[in-house]
Amino acid sequence: MTAPDHDAPPGAAPAWVKSARQLDRERRQRRQSVRSGSIATASTILFVVVVAVALTATPGWSRVKETFFDWDEFATAFPDVLSGFWLNVQIFLLAEPVILVLGLLVALARGLRNPLFFPLRALATLYTDVFRGIPTILLVYLVGFGLPALRLEGVPSSPAVLGGFALVLSYSAYVAEVFRSGIDSIHPSQRAAARSLGLSQAQSLRFVVLPQAVRRVVPPLLNDFASLQKDTALVAVLGPLEALRQAQIHSAETFNYTPYLAAAVLFIALTVPMARFTDHLAARAERRRASGGGGK
Amino acid sequence: MKPSKQTGPDTGAEPLLRIEGVWKNYHGHHVLRGVDLEVAPHEVVCLIGASGSGKSTLLRCVNLLETVDDGAIWLGRDEITDVGTDPDEVRRRIGMVFQSYNLFPHMSVLDNITLAPVRAHRWTRRDAEARARELLDRFGLADKAHAYPDRLSGGQQQRVAIIRAMACEPSLLLLDEVTSALDPELVTEVMGIIRELKDSGMTMVLATHEMGFARDIADTVCFLQDGVLLERGPAEQMFTEPREPRTRAFLQRVLESRRL
Ligand SMILES: Nc1ncnc2c1ncn2[C@@H]1O[C@H](COP(=O)(O)OP(=O)(O)OP(=O)(O)O)[C@@H](O)[C@H]1O
Ligand SMILES: [Mg+2]
Repeated sequence: MTAPDHDAPPGAAPAWVKSARQLDRERRQRRQSVRSGSIATASTILFVVVVAVALTATPGWSRVKETFFDWDEFATAFPDVLSGFWLNVQIFLLAEPVILVLGLLVALARGLRNPLFFPLRALATLYTDVFRGIPTILLVYLVGFGLPALRLEGVPSSPAVLGGFALVLSYSAYVAEVFRSGIDSIHPSQRAAARSLGLSQAQSLRFVVLPQAVRRVVPPLLNDFASLQKDTALVAVLGPLEALRQAQIHSAETFNYTPYLAAAVLFIALTVPMARFTDHLAARAERRRASGGGGK
Repeated sequence: MKPSKQTGPDTGAEPLLRIEGVWKNYHGHHVLRGVDLEVAPHEVVCLIGASGSGKSTLLRCVNLLETVDDGAIWLGRDEITDVGTDPDEVRRRIGMVFQSYNLFPHMSVLDNITLAPVRAHRWTRRDAEARARELLDRFGLADKAHAYPDRLSGGQQQRVAIIRAMACEPSLLLLDEVTSALDPELVTEVMGIIRELKDSGMTMVLATHEMGFARDIADTVCFLQDGVLLERGPAEQMFTEPREPRTRAFLQRVLESRRL
């Protein structure tokens, strides 16, 4: 009893030799793709030239050029901004795993059905409601200045740590919602199948629902992380020497804004690869769905 | 509990499954209205009836995926609808297969089959895999052990789902229209596996729209209409001379729709 294979027609299959029609078709396809490539190049060049001309023709251009695109200023500020940027990266790298864990825990707590855990569920709901409602920058102020004011034992005083903590609080609420929508998107029949096999509720969640949900939410999570990367700059209001703060210091000395450009370039350099990676994953998931993958 | 070589129902013995006066309603709409049913060890019972008559609901009640609103269900000596029963423990003794297969898409065929033995029954992975491979071998799927469900045909997926449901040697197997989602030429391969299970003595309750199959495999056929079990009888008699005029009318309708 093996799988039926009806691929081969009865009798010997004739060997395939490309017909003249197919060869001609391929030739025309190649020509077409060369043509669309040249059109894309030409239109891009034209677009850039038009924008550049329009920009430099504006009356204020020479002033803007001096204050935002001063190459010497860029070169002097860049090393300091870069070393400040390393702090942004550190905050990001430490906050990210904590956010993932906390967000997942909150999402799971919100899904608890057992009446015993009602307080936990209520707490998780309150948490997401509150921390998604507060503007992130306000939260950074509240945590950065409010927590130390409590004078509790063991509360760190480093502004970078406090700022990172504020970001964790805010982003965990978003990430929890992402996880929850992922869990909800798994069809109930998957859970029914798991339960019908005798798996407990927790086991069904752990082995059947969560693995599928996590796969589904990777692109939106990466999206959130791209925005976390740039929001590390909000910590600047507490005064640690990260990229934006360094840029502020430099520009305060010279009244030139080019250091901000340096900081912007660094943030872009970090987020663009992440954005492309997200696109890539989303496209791959889309291809899977299109090819009739098991998206039940 | 090893399936014995005996075929045909052991009607003298205590029933393996006993359903007594089961009611179920959704939002005030009665889907099951006092259903009584007994299934003897090694018996194969087919539930037939129009769409919406309550076949799936009855099976889901037996597997405790739904709670009954009245009545009781016994599995062997245990009342499984008792408030104190552990539903997970009951489900470990019952296998269930769904119309839409419901394989876990993120797991290979082998992992789909070994998940419950390892996690719910606490078998060692070794034993579970040995058992899975033995079943895959027996049902002609040995080469698919490491494939993922989306690489299998519908018929293959459904066969894997049946294997998964019986990997832990349940004492009762519930099959809910396991061939309805399949192309006609794939139906036979799934029917083949069910026939084999019957021959090995498995007790089964199946809901089906395939009258030919029901007639062929069932010891007993039950006709449901609007949540009422109107008639039950030996398969042959149910299809040739049903007592109830409504059963006759239903079978007539099915036959006519086939001819069109
Ligand atoms: N979860 C639910 N909520 C509300 N109504 C439901 C639910 N499940 C089933 N029903 C209703 O119960 C009735 C019986 O459904 P059931 O699925 O048991 O019928 P069935 O005999 O299996 O039909 P089919 O042959 O189409 O599978 C239907 O009217 C259906 O709409
Ligand atoms: Mg049904």
